[in-house]
Amino acid sequence: MERRRARRRAAWRRRRLVLLLMSPWLVGFSVFFGYPLVMSAYLSLNHYDLLSSPRWVGLANYRYLFSVDPQTWTAVKNTLWMIGVLVPLQVLSAFGLALMLARARTGVGIFRTIFYLPALAPPVAATLGFVFILNPATGPVNTILGHLGISGPLWFQDPSWAKPSLVMLGIWGVGNTMIIFLAAVLDVPRTLYESAQLDGAGPLQRLRYVTVPSISPVLLFAAVLGVIQGLQYFTQAYVAAGVASGQASQAADVTSVTLGYPVDSTLFYPVLLYQHGFVDFQMGYASAMAMFLFAVSFVVTLAIVINSRRWVHSGAR
Amino acid sequence: MKRVATAATLIALMLAAVGTASGAGTHRSAGATKLTVWVGWSARELSAFRKLAAEYQKANPGVTLNVVGSINDDKIVAAIRAGTAPDVVSSFNSYDVGVYCGTGGWIDLSSLMKASGISTSMFPATTNYYTQYGGKKCALPLLADAYGLYYNKALFKKAGIAGPPKTIAELTADAKKLTIRNPDGSLKQVGLDPFIGFYENVPERWILPWGGTYTDSKNHAHLATDSAWSKWLTWQKQMIDWYGYKNLVKFQAGLGDEFSASNAFEVGKVAMNLDGEWRVAFIKAEHPTLDYGTAPMPAADPSLYGSGYINGTIIGIPKNGKHTQQAWDFVKWVTTNTHALAEFSNAIKNVPSTVASTHSKELVPDAHFATFLKIFANPKSGTSPIEASGVSYTNAVQNFATKWQAGSIKNLASGLSSLDKQLDAQVKQAKGGGVP
Repeated sequence: MERRRARRRAAWRRRRLVLLLMSPWLVGFSVFFGYPLVMSAYLSLNHYDLLSSPRWVGLANYRYLFSVDPQTWTAVKNTLWMIGVLVPLQVLSAFGLALMLARARTGVGIFRTIFYLPALAPPVAATLGFVFILNPATGPVNTILGHLGISGPLWFQDPSWAKPSLVMLGIWGVGNTMIIFLAAVLDVPRTLYESAQLDGAGPLQRLRYVTVPSISPVLLFAAVLGVIQGLQYFTQAYVAAGVASGQASQAADVTSVTLGYPVDSTLFYPVLLYQHGFVDFQMGYASAMAMFLFAVSFVVTLAIVINSRRWVHSGAR
Repeated sequence: MKRVATAATLIALMLAAVGTASGAGTHRSAGATKLTVWVGWSARELSAFRKLAAEYQKANPGVTLNVVGSINDDKIVAAIRAGTAPDVVSSFNSYDVGVYCGTGGWIDLSSLMKASGISTSMFPATTNYYTQYGGKKCALPLLADAYGLYYNKALFKKAGIAGPPKTIAELTADAKKLTIRNPDGSLKQVGLDPFIGFYENVPERWILPWGGTYTDSKNHAHLATDSAWSKWLTWQKQMIDWYGYKNLVKFQAGLGDEFSASNAFEVGKVAMNLDGEWRVAFIKAEHPTLDYGTAPMPAADPSLYGSGYINGTIIGIPKNGKHTQQAWDFVKWVTTNTHALAEFSNAIKNVPSTVASTHSKELVPDAHFATFLKIFANPKSGTSPIEASGVSYTNAVQNFATKWQAGSIKNLASGLSSLDKQLDAQVKQAKGGGVP
């Protein structure tokens, strides 16, 4: 009896210690994730303009979101376009660069640094740089194209070129993903390549049957992260629209109508959410948008993870 | 037990110390009222406002003013929510008055005005419109902006044009005459850039000379049935097509920033431009030798010539401000004292916002600026619609106009009909009414 009590006391002490050690994370999670999530869910069912008390409206915000607001589907389409184009291109270019760097014999350090450097540029500075470089009237890219007899596009000023310009910016800053891929590629046991070679596998077959399966967990990680970042795409679109529309000196003035410039082509879902919450002061409606985004992020991530069981090879199996 | 007693004594001493400290604070504030005033101005304009505040302090020794600049509406809303709002707030965005009045974020000044004998007749009708919403007068105007046409006299002379255009037909002809193209067809100099989004070009400033309004008698949007809108948009698109949409976008991409010495009008790249009265001060500081003139915007209806678009800074008292009466005394002085308004107007070259101050002898005479004083006083001048949805109302109209000018909207009539529905739905949503 006495021994059982002692065991219980020891177990309780252990639990207390675990709780104590976990407490910083628990507090952080509750304050910065749990509480905002619960409040967002609650506010999404209220009319809340930030200045007066929330007033219960039931599902009215969701009905407005899906059936009235004409900008919702524009923003959804733009966001899906960005995820569909940017994520595969980012993953492919990061993987390609990692493969090249893994095979390089000389100047490896220099090349790794060169390809990684853009990732160090803050998103705002990088976007500003791209907008200026791609300025159709004064930018060096169109000047060079002009010398070659090519009339360059309007880039960030053209509704059909604004998103591709942002994709170029995204690929340029792919350094972080590239480093992870490089580590994974270098980690593939050489013996596997040697066995494959002895079996008569060429370079492409070795890539397909050795490299890709070996680094598939990293591919999954890059895909999930890319999709989540795509769903939250904001900073680059916000800055590019503000500067390209000619409102550089008023970039901090959120009331200026530059979000989505030109012609809503860069109006991504988070940009629209920001506009409703912090420009129009409709926080109840913005919360409904946030809840929808949360649900979509959750479902998409879940779908990728479930689907990945077919193509991701973990070491455990 | 002894330890408990010691701890209790210590806690009691600490509480007493805290109580004394807070009591001392209260006592100090009772001696001289310290008012915190938030304004949007910065740099040179903020210094001018601080000078004005110093003058008020000198005349009212019991009040000290802490003026904080570079404030925007985000900061104002956040402070009101957090209960840390200053005593006095001002905003450049008069169209947000619908939000401030509608939500009670800024207090209704009606009773304070009545008690002080301040009548709305002291202010022009347009400024009265953009400082109220839903029967509440929650702001007063603190200087105003009037918009008109700036034209480059040297370029006019070169093109053989005698004076500023007064009608839309003259404006169109002059704009074309003043436009110079490069051999490859790109634009070297533009007569008038009507592109929505360029510098100060927004629909609410352009529609006034066409006589357009936003709502019918039931406050429903009627842009589809008010023919002024389709007339203006058709003219605007024809102008843009004449320049070439891509040509104009490329031309604009090469222009300097609006609020810099490289401003397209100031450097002669654009011969005529819609702009606010403040440009007079910018030109004086940045290009004093520029040979230019100012005039009202040409109008579609001759009876509207002389009027123009007006908006301006608004000032009020947030709902959780601490010294309402003292705050009101300052707001009253700064918005109605003719000397204060004239002095501030001279300093930042904005239009003084009471009827009396527009005739003040203290105003430094300036022929360029005088045009805007007349536009401000014109009874047909107008402003942006004030709705519960605040700035998003005019943003939706602008969004439509940018799509139209880019050629994304094929049928103007049905597009305007959809816009009307969107505007009404937006207002209902902002009032918490949900889906119409």
